Amino acid sequence: MERVMKDDTIQEKGERARMASFVGAMAIADLVKTTLGPKGMDKILQSTGRGRSVTVTNDGATILKSLHIDNPAAKVLVDISKVQDDEVGDGTTSVVVLAGELLREAEKLVNMKIHPMTIIAGYRMAAECARNALLQRTMDNKGNTDKFRSDLMNIAMTTLSSKILSQDKEYFAELAVDAVLRLKGSTNLESIQILKKPGGSLKDSFLDEGFILDKKIGLGQPKRIENANILVANTAMDTDKVKIYGARVRVDSMTKVADIEAAEKQKMREKVQKIIAHGINCFVNRQLIYNFPEELFADAGILAVEHADFEGIERLALVTGGDIASTFDNPESVKLGHCKLIEEIMIGEDRLIHFSGVAMGQACTIVLRGASEHVLDEAERSLHDALCVLSQTVNDTRVLFGGGWPEMVMAKEVDQLARKTPGKKSHAIDAFSRALQAIPTIIADNAGLDSAELISQLRAEHHKENSTAGIDVITGNVGDMQKRGICEAFKVKQAIILSATEAAEMILRVDEIITCAPRRREDRM
Amino acid sequence: MALAFDEFGRPFIILREQEKKSRLQGLDAQKANIAAGKSVARILRTSLGPKGMDKMLQSPDGDVTITNDGATILELMDVDNQIAKLMVELSRSQDYDIGDGTTGVVVMAGSLLEQAEKLLERGIHPIRVAEGYEMASRIAFDHLERISTKFEFSATDIEPLVQTCMTTLSSKIVSRCKRALAEIAVKAVLAVADLERKDVNLDLIKVEGKVGGKLEDTELVHGIIVDKDMSHPQMPKRIEDAHIAILTCPFEPPKPKTKHKVDIDTVEKFQTLRGQEQKYFDEMVQKCKDVGATLVICQWGFDDEANHLLMHRNLPAVRWVGGVELELIAIATGGRIVPRFQELSTEKLGKAGLVREKSFGTTKDRMLYIEKCANSRAVTIFIRGGNKMMIEETKRSLHDALCVARNLIINNSIVYGGGSAEISCSIAVEAAADRHAGVEQYAIRSFADALDAIPLALAENSGLPPIDTLTVVKSQHVKESNPHCGIDCNDVGTNDMKEQNVFETLIGKQQQILLATQVVKMILKIDDVITPSEY
Repeated sequence: MERVMKDDTIQEKGERARMASFVGAMAIADLVKTTLGPKGMDKILQSTGRGRSVTVTNDGATILKSLHIDNPAAKVLVDISKVQDDEVGDGTTSVVVLAGELLREAEKLVNMKIHPMTIIAGYRMAAECARNALLQRTMDNKGNTDKFRSDLMNIAMTTLSSKILSQDKEYFAELAVDAVLRLKGSTNLESIQILKKPGGSLKDSFLDEGFILDKKIGLGQPKRIENANILVANTAMDTDKVKIYGARVRVDSMTKVADIEAAEKQKMREKVQKIIAHGINCFVNRQLIYNFPEELFADAGILAVEHADFEGIERLALVTGGDIASTFDNPESVKLGHCKLIEEIMIGEDRLIHFSGVAMGQACTIVLRGASEHVLDEAERSLHDALCVLSQTVNDTRVLFGGGWPEMVMAKEVDQLARKTPGKKSHAIDAFSRALQAIPTIIADNAGLDSAELISQLRAEHHKENSTAGIDVITGNVGDMQKRGICEAFKVKQAIILSATEAAEMILRVDEIITCAPRRREDRM
Repeated sequence: MALAFDEFGRPFIILREQEKKSRLQGLDAQKANIAAGKSVARILRTSLGPKGMDKMLQSPDGDVTITNDGATILELMDVDNQIAKLMVELSRSQDYDIGDGTTGVVVMAGSLLEQAEKLLERGIHPIRVAEGYEMASRIAFDHLERISTKFEFSATDIEPLVQTCMTTLSSKIVSRCKRALAEIAVKAVLAVADLERKDVNLDLIKVEGKVGGKLEDTELVHGIIVDKDMSHPQMPKRIEDAHIAILTCPFEPPKPKTKHKVDIDTVEKFQTLRGQEQKYFDEMVQKCKDVGATLVICQWGFDDEANHLLMHRNLPAVRWVGGVELELIAIATGGRIVPRFQELSTEKLGKAGLVREKSFGTTKDRMLYIEKCANSRAVTIFIRGGNKMMIEETKRSLHDALCVARNLIINNSIVYGGGSAEISCSIAVEAAADRHAGVEQYAIRSFADALDAIPLALAENSGLPPIDTLTVVKSQHVKESNPHCGIDCNDVGTNDMKEQNVFETLIGKQQQILLATQVVKMILKIDDVITPSEY
């Protein structure tokens, strides 16, 4: 055959292509499989970059993000995990594992000479059926605030139980729920600040109602201010440049240099005067504050904080209810931020600025303490997952039980659908149900339990109507999920089912892989 | 090789560095070319039809694309062979012209080449083959015209249009919710269509995608979506009855293009310059306020100072909006793009009923919706989906559907799909062949055989026995003289495409036949291929 493609282009067709994508996708799924569930193990990731920095994590998205993958089908799975992270924040491992299981089942069917399109048709029907089954069994405690709060607590604890924070999950669940409820329905997680300070133990972490800024107070300025009026600003406090293009200073004698310098100084003094005229006693700027204006502020007894990062500024403005100002000509129209008390506090060895008694209660700070950077990083990721799920649940209040309960419910419904459906599709629907059951199996396996025994027990239990049984990994038995308080958010489960099916479908539809030659890097050395 | 001798028997060289070039001549060249063309067609063959498979393509940079759009596959395949490149071009021109049928056209060209090869082996001159193909294509073209039906729809009765778009979408991965997407596509096209002039400007339809959510969440927005947010986090997130100033000038002091210098040599100058600068910013904002703008959309950025001033004067602003988006906003809101502050006036402002910012997911993704615009003609299709590849594929599929809807509005003739048009043409061409005396008759007959390739591929991809199915359908055509019989890909039970509501546009089909024939003729006429073997 005439060569059509460029050198080094690899073309794989039909069976081979399908095999390559199945193998790739399953390899990825198997990789993260062991991290699933409360007894899932962690992975150490070492970067190839300089410093060989190490990450210890159990978060599917984080693991997959850091892998260099060459197999195109595997990339599809990595992608769905990333999207899951962006969209709902949790379930990043489950979605990959489910997609992997679906493909594993599909491979068997393909070997039985069932056309991939038939499998896809079956999977689609099964996914729709599974979703409806979940929809019918959701619980919604929107009206009842107390119950809803306990739902949230349960969800947070379930999410956290598979992470490093599982030892203190009740404590952290409390933290997360408090933080999210303060948001009052907004999903903007930026207003929850997470500060990491090495030292102490995880138990020493706390939620602060106010706002903590990781900055020091300037020298000679008051360390404690009560009833503070805060001006949040984003302005240059070094030399205010003239921005008209092409302007430059050109002088012919030393005295003139001195004059201009004085003028500049005068300008800065005026600016500071204007700022002070707002009647403030605290000034927070995003940009640098030079020594000279800082000194002026100190003279006026004003606390000046420089170089707060942009997010910090936005958060502070949000918390204190002030504007972010950049010009200071009309003080009457600038909204100042207020708080009851500003003081310097010590966490570990670091001194931080603490704003308490703020006007708007929306934002808060969670201070994480822990033995090492790695622990803190992982704790932050876990907490982030919990916060994401909670904030999504606040908007979509439907809740499901956890511990493999939803999978079993769906598997049961899908099984029934398979029996009703004539034609080859029913094999695919059957396969879908097996893939669903694989998830509780993996959870049990990871916990070192006898999965075959447990799953069959669980299935028998689910044969009854309205069963609430699931796997209790702690005791190693089938237990009542309602009593144990193991809950998951409906939105997360739905996203897992839909995107895993979508990804499996995409990979199944492929019958040819064309890999172009990698772009050669030109050696410029 | 090209070596000639002068009258004294000394050799002289015609081609420079000829030993470094490889050369194919005569029949060999034609055969090599045909083989290349065929191999491209073979790749696409399995993607044809509602049960066609997808291809996974990995680009040189490692990005993965999964698609079954013929034009996209060929574009990303990184083809090296010249003839194969011609096939890529072929698919692309079908894409530009019609937007759909990009796979079919390549498969057709491939099968025409295959038939031509047989004729060449029997010693028929390629030019005669080409001429025969030309005649046959004209016969097929006219026959299509004859079997086509006019297709009635109006702005209120969009059902027929939706049906056609569904045919196009059924071969894509999005077939799960083809109904919803087809409706979106048709509504979008009708919104921008000028039914009297039969003109559709597809530029007015913007297709935006955002990862996350379900495919079912895809929506049609009567307005514009811009992937930007308000320049200042504290600006209002929702503006009703917005008067929009669309600016292409930055909120900065002017920068004259001519070279100049402003020298500061005294304290006074320093101070006046500073004063002027402040005044300048102030005036700019004031100007916008004066003409009554309640929202500023700016192509450039502006610095923190201007940002604060805008915020301060209660004038929300969006910065760094791209040129194309800016134009769309201008069209949609009926505003004018203003290049200088001096030219700002009330008439030039665009109007929109509602401008709102919407955030997605857990990350800091925000988008700006501009809705209820003065000129409702510009619309946006906002696609959601499980992953990036899905969204890209949906975009491509929707583009196909949009093109089909547009073609129907421009010319409302249709032929039935499912290979029925090809079978019907094949019979017509076959019958016409006998009336032509000469070698061309063979070519015309081969053309008829080549047309059968499409229904054959459809049947094969659907898991049906290809030859059995085709012969049954063909005999049905002749016996019942019913040109609507096609391949029953979806196992519905009938092969009357009229009942199944599967149709394609007439111009699309005609274009396919014409383009495929043209390319094949071109390939057949090549009898010498010179390539530098090393470079």
